[in-house]
Amino acid sequence: MGTSKRVLVTGLSTYWGGRLAQALEQDPEIEVIIGVDSQNPTRELERTEFVRVGTQHALLRRIVQAAEIDTVVDTRLVVDSTATSSRAAHENNVIGTMNILAACSGPGCSVRKLVFKSSAHFYGTAQDDPAFFTEQMGRPHPPGTHIERDIVEAEAAVNEYAEHNPETAVTVLRCTNVLGPDVSTTHTALFSLPAVPMILGFDPRYQFVHEDDVVGALAHSLRTDLPGVYNVAADGVLAFSEVVGLLGKPYLPVLPPWGTGLAAALLKPLGLELPPEVLSQLRFGRGLDNRKLKATGFQYRYTSRETVVKLAEHLRLAPILRGANEPFTYERDVEDFLRWSPHVRGSTPKGKRPSRREPAPPGREPEPPPGREPEPPPVREPEPKPVAVEPEPEPIPVEPEPGPSPAEEPVASGPPVEHYDDLEAEEVISLLGSLEAADLEALLEYEREKEARTAVLTAIEAVLSRRAMGSRP
Amino acid sequence: MAERARTSLRPEGAAENGADGRHLPVPRGDDLRRHLPGVEPERRLTDWGRSERIEDLFDSTLANFFYRYWFRCEVEGIENIPATGGAMLVSNHSGALPPDAAMIGKAVKEEHPHPRPVNITVEHFFKGYPGFSMLIPKLGCVAAHPANVHRLLYDEEQLVLVFPEGRKGTQKLYKNRYRLRRFGRGGFVEAAMRARAPIVPVCVVGAEEAAPIFAHLSPLQKVTGLIYAPLTPTFPHFGLLGMLGYLPAKFHIRFLDPIHFDEENLDQDKSLVQTVAHDIRAKIQQNLFEMLEERESVWF
Repeated sequence: MGTSKRVLVTGLSTYWGGRLAQALEQDPEIEVIIGVDSQNPTRELERTEFVRVGTQHALLRRIVQAAEIDTVVDTRLVVDSTATSSRAAHENNVIGTMNILAACSGPGCSVRKLVFKSSAHFYGTAQDDPAFFTEQMGRPHPPGTHIERDIVEAEAAVNEYAEHNPETAVTVLRCTNVLGPDVSTTHTALFSLPAVPMILGFDPRYQFVHEDDVVGALAHSLRTDLPGVYNVAADGVLAFSEVVGLLGKPYLPVLPPWGTGLAAALLKPLGLELPPEVLSQLRFGRGLDNRKLKATGFQYRYTSRETVVKLAEHLRLAPILRGANEPFTYERDVEDFLRWSPHVRGSTPKGKRPSRREPAPPGREPEPPPGREPEPPPVREPEPKPVAVEPEPEPIPVEPEPGPSPAEEPVASGPPVEHYDDLEAEEVISLLGSLEAADLEALLEYEREKEARTAVLTAIEAVLSRRAMGSRP
Repeated sequence: MAERARTSLRPEGAAENGADGRHLPVPRGDDLRRHLPGVEPERRLTDWGRSERIEDLFDSTLANFFYRYWFRCEVEGIENIPATGGAMLVSNHSGALPPDAAMIGKAVKEEHPHPRPVNITVEHFFKGYPGFSMLIPKLGCVAAHPANVHRLLYDEEQLVLVFPEGRKGTQKLYKNRYRLRRFGRGGFVEAAMRARAPIVPVCVVGAEEAAPIFAHLSPLQKVTGLIYAPLTPTFPHFGLLGMLGYLPAKFHIRFLDPIHFDEENLDQDKSLVQTVAHDIRAKIQQNLFEMLEERESVWF
């Protein structure tokens, strides 16, 4: 079975689904990426095909069969009880998982690998926890909150599926608290506060994992067969005071050790909602043993400490970069046009993101694997649309995308953006999100030579580094 | 494909997991030691929460004062602690806020040719009590969970100090001094056998007189939520700091010959576990009586 070729991502519109699809698009080994969700995607995707469908197993089943899906990655799990009601969370986490499992079973099913993104909330947090949970350990106590109950139930369903489908490699990834510049969780909200509240008299042990490492672990589980349960948590367990110190913020032991829930409820009108899972983590903390995943050859890019340092850097830059990247909005017609119109040209090699604003480079359409029909082969008439697909108030002419040969790297002879010299620093920064990486590099060179405004330079570097991280396979 | 297939995600023995956290399975099998996280030089805390800074502060002030001038510890048999590899120190236990643990740790640091940190196992209670929860791990205390002991002994090859009497030892009254309580359920022997780490029995004389307990104040215990509220010469009338009001008894610490477990899967043999636990208890008890016979004065 080996590596996955035809992948179905359930929960494409969740943060993890979108990030994983973006990462998989860079991998030429993966022929087909199909994403399903009941909502529109929230990230720009190049060759992933989106089908708007919930978790109705009959429909999913048809997609799986029609596309001969060999790998299903389930990224939908809701682990933050403030995100949605307990009923909706249960519907998504337990019923949704069961439906997806039903769609991947049955005689003649093509699915050979199932990856389920779970959470370290599976273990809970309790006073008599071991310092490092290993995958072999269950929960010391029955789940106390509805999210934990959901996760335990969902994993039980996945486990049952694994027992009934021994020929399918079932991977469960239990991810610990995620931090990063892009993801937003209760913990990033907590750490974004000017001073970080904690429970008086407690300094819990905290382990984190960087968002890129979670995406990396998901992608790793597609490249290699990893049947079983794996903890995803970076090296190093920090004390909470250490975390707050790395963020360079003061900590406020304002939550009383007794009646913590009540005090946390008082914080809610102030805009900070601490779910019960986080409150018990703030009291007892949690550590995971991450060695099982490391032993399979996976390497974390960041330790827990480095993850926090990265977040601290992002939090310092965030007020400067605010508004630089406009959020992506999904337009079905545009996406269909880009994927299927015979008029869309572009020689961008597979795995490279084409620019939305490029004057129609040839060969944009991903080459369908020989011998197979592309899933929905909608032969469409070119729509009467201008080639500038995104209506921009003021289209910025950019230099043509440099070809694959490095000799054609843009030289810093002229500004990469017209009238660049007339723009104010803020205006430049607001444009950065819409530029290609090569243009950004050229702009960086140009700015360094000309005016070297620090705000512009740091903003460009930040956008570049974020792109580099995002495009890492 | 067939050889890689598996039928269940459920860990072995998960079915008999009770609701008690103590019965979580201890990892065994694959040797993952080379995948242990490396030390980050920028950090001053270990992954267990041990703080170099706070430990040094404690070590150079309180521990030093009590070790050198107050208890005037006398140590014999320190060479019985191996210089490398995991080893379990098993000691008798006494005193309201037991001074024996800190003194054994300090003795290893002061007297051993290769001083190493000693990880002191404590009750889970401390993790749940405000204040203690913050301070205790920073000083090198670890919750007495079998998985924690195994990781320390086997994976990290450290020294672990265990008090099998547990709470029963520290809350015994002055009239029962130096009479060992039951040694738990032999879990410490199992842990050492599983990690194939030697056990070094330790006898401490003096701690019983340094922090005698005359009675237990159960109403106070209920109000404060502590594991027990003893009546000592200085507690509770001098407040929480009165817990540190030790009498200047002379300490004698004796490390006995290590007991090695070199065969695999010895811990599966429950009767052997119980026998070894019983032998170790008898050995410590016998040595304690010998040391008490030889002792001419409690104070000098």
